[in-house]
Amino acid sequence: MYRYDEFDATFVRQRVAQFSDQVERRLRGEITEDEFRPLRLMNGVYLQLHAYMLRIAIPYGTLSSTQMRRLAHIARTYDKGFGHFTTRQNLQFNWPALKDVPAILAELAEVEMHAIQTSGNCIRNVTADHFAGAAFDEADDPRPYAEILRQWSSLHPEFSFLPRKFKIAVTGAAHDRAAIRLHDIGLEVKRGDDGGIGFAVHVGGGQGRTPMIAREINPFVPEADILAYVDAILRVYNLFGRRDNKFKARIKILVHETGIDELRRLVEEEFAQIRGGVLGLPAEEAERIRAYFAPPAFTARPAASARLDAARAGNPALDRFSRQNLHRHKTPGYTSLTISLKPIGGIPGDASADQMDAVAAIAERWAFSEIRVSHEQNLILPHLALDDVPEVFAALAEAGLATANAGAITDIIACPGLDYCALANARSIPLASALSERFGAPDRQDEIGPLSIKISGCINACGHHHVGHIGILGVDRKGEEFYQISLGGNPDESASIGDIIGPGFFADGVVDAVETVVDTYLKLRTSPGETFLAAYRRLGEAPFKEALYGA
Amino acid sequence: MLEILTANRLSDGDVVYRTAAGDWVDTIDDAELIDDTDQLTVAVAAAQADVKASRVLDVAPIAVETAEGHIVPKRLRERIRAFGPTVKSDHRPGAV
Repeated sequence: MYRYDEFDATFVRQRVAQFSDQVERRLRGEITEDEFRPLRLMNGVYLQLHAYMLRIAIPYGTLSSTQMRRLAHIARTYDKGFGHFTTRQNLQFNWPALKDVPAILAELAEVEMHAIQTSGNCIRNVTADHFAGAAFDEADDPRPYAEILRQWSSLHPEFSFLPRKFKIAVTGAAHDRAAIRLHDIGLEVKRGDDGGIGFAVHVGGGQGRTPMIAREINPFVPEADILAYVDAILRVYNLFGRRDNKFKARIKILVHETGIDELRRLVEEEFAQIRGGVLGLPAEEAERIRAYFAPPAFTARPAASARLDAARAGNPALDRFSRQNLHRHKTPGYTSLTISLKPIGGIPGDASADQMDAVAAIAERWAFSEIRVSHEQNLILPHLALDDVPEVFAALAEAGLATANAGAITDIIACPGLDYCALANARSIPLASALSERFGAPDRQDEIGPLSIKISGCINACGHHHVGHIGILGVDRKGEEFYQISLGGNPDESASIGDIIGPGFFADGVVDAVETVVDTYLKLRTSPGETFLAAYRRLGEAPFKEALYGA
Repeated sequence: MLEILTANRLSDGDVVYRTAAGDWVDTIDDAELIDDTDQLTVAVAAAQADVKASRVLDVAPIAVETAEGHIVPKRLRERIRAFGPTVKSDHRPGAV
């Protein structure tokens, strides 16, 4: 993992001291809320419905056991004993007191964490494939580049007041698990003809009220030029992005209004000016950062684990879990294990302090002390010997964390919604719980296969409803919660925005409506091997519309 | 229309309600019930002074009704603010 150098440690410490002073002055009434609001937001402190909310950055979703333990400690000491992992691979505490935030930030700084770049119109925390450095199918580990981008973007003076927030995601594999086409900039690590590293650069993706799939602006930018190229995009956006209308200020609108060809010309022009300058990425610097992400000390193991196979044969629960929650690793005899934060009927993304401690201990004992947060609101042990899966499964079960549903219909993404969020119009979590209960029987989940439900409680789309195979958007209809259903969304390399299928449903009808959609799929699929998404793409919306609304 | 004044307390962000005595309290039932425009104007002005004095934030009048001696906000958003998240949980004391 990356370790802070002296520069990182100093600037985070300085920021804690600075913000502590600002909080004190605010509490003494020496500065007004209008003056204070931008300062607190720069440090991840929002005011939500019930309390302040503190959003903590987890760069590219990578955490150590030590850091996870610290999050558990903070949850216990300053919050209500739990935290919420988000679709931005971050962690939110829902109940901190403003007066405690300086102490929380000081505790975070001790374990190389902070809440910078989790709000405001800056370059936000960079996200990455949660199986980075582990997945069998990646060209290279995307995290060193996410870290390089973090260092470049942290408190970047030129890009601290962009027209709007700016999100960058990086994947190292052609199969996109980081939803790069739904980000302002999406990077895919690639190998050139000579084996050298470069990046396919996508620009202008995003969700929110105007969902758009990113366009490829350059199929291959060499490693040495990547910072300069990204900088060129930011400069063009900073100059030409709209500042007259908040809803049209994201770069996706600039791409849409300018056209990708003209935007490419502008970016190339800027790139030509700065290429080879101070933003050149020397190979030795890339190598230095890469060294932080060197794979752990794997031991030579056979590809298959006789031990796990034998345990699976005698334990149906372990067998099901192994089938559902393990992901193929690039090293023989190892796997990446998804710890689902989606207990049946529970709250997507929540973990109690005890569960965080349990995950930290499990990672320490069996998984090189490394943990990832996925944008699907789960945790991952990226490097685990297949031989150790039975013990890890048992330890997870003891902590209430052995739900076998990764990628299944109950692996639901949901934003905090009207239960917590000041922006929400409708609740998300209770709907997620109800859907999870409706489809939670193991046989039913197995029958349905891979199917994602994603729920947002407002148009800002934190719950990624636009790219759910089944997406649900909560709105306010004359004071009542009302839910629109969209079908066919998808966040990966064949990204698509879901189609709104028809009139929405009140809260008491939406679970039945989703079940109607699912049953229609089950009836019409060509075989159990045809996934919901494949079936929807083949059939189109007509049969689903008919099932929901009649002919 | 029956209204009360709500806000969030500056120091901890908690949801609070304004009493007839001008205090800010956690319990909605202790809020001052206002059904008169002039009275509301006076109360809002006093509440805004508390915003200026850095005691509370985001002051807002909200519509309520009374039922069995209790004050209940009309909008769901305000009921959730008053009575807590509606999510089920085994690790969340106080959730409804």
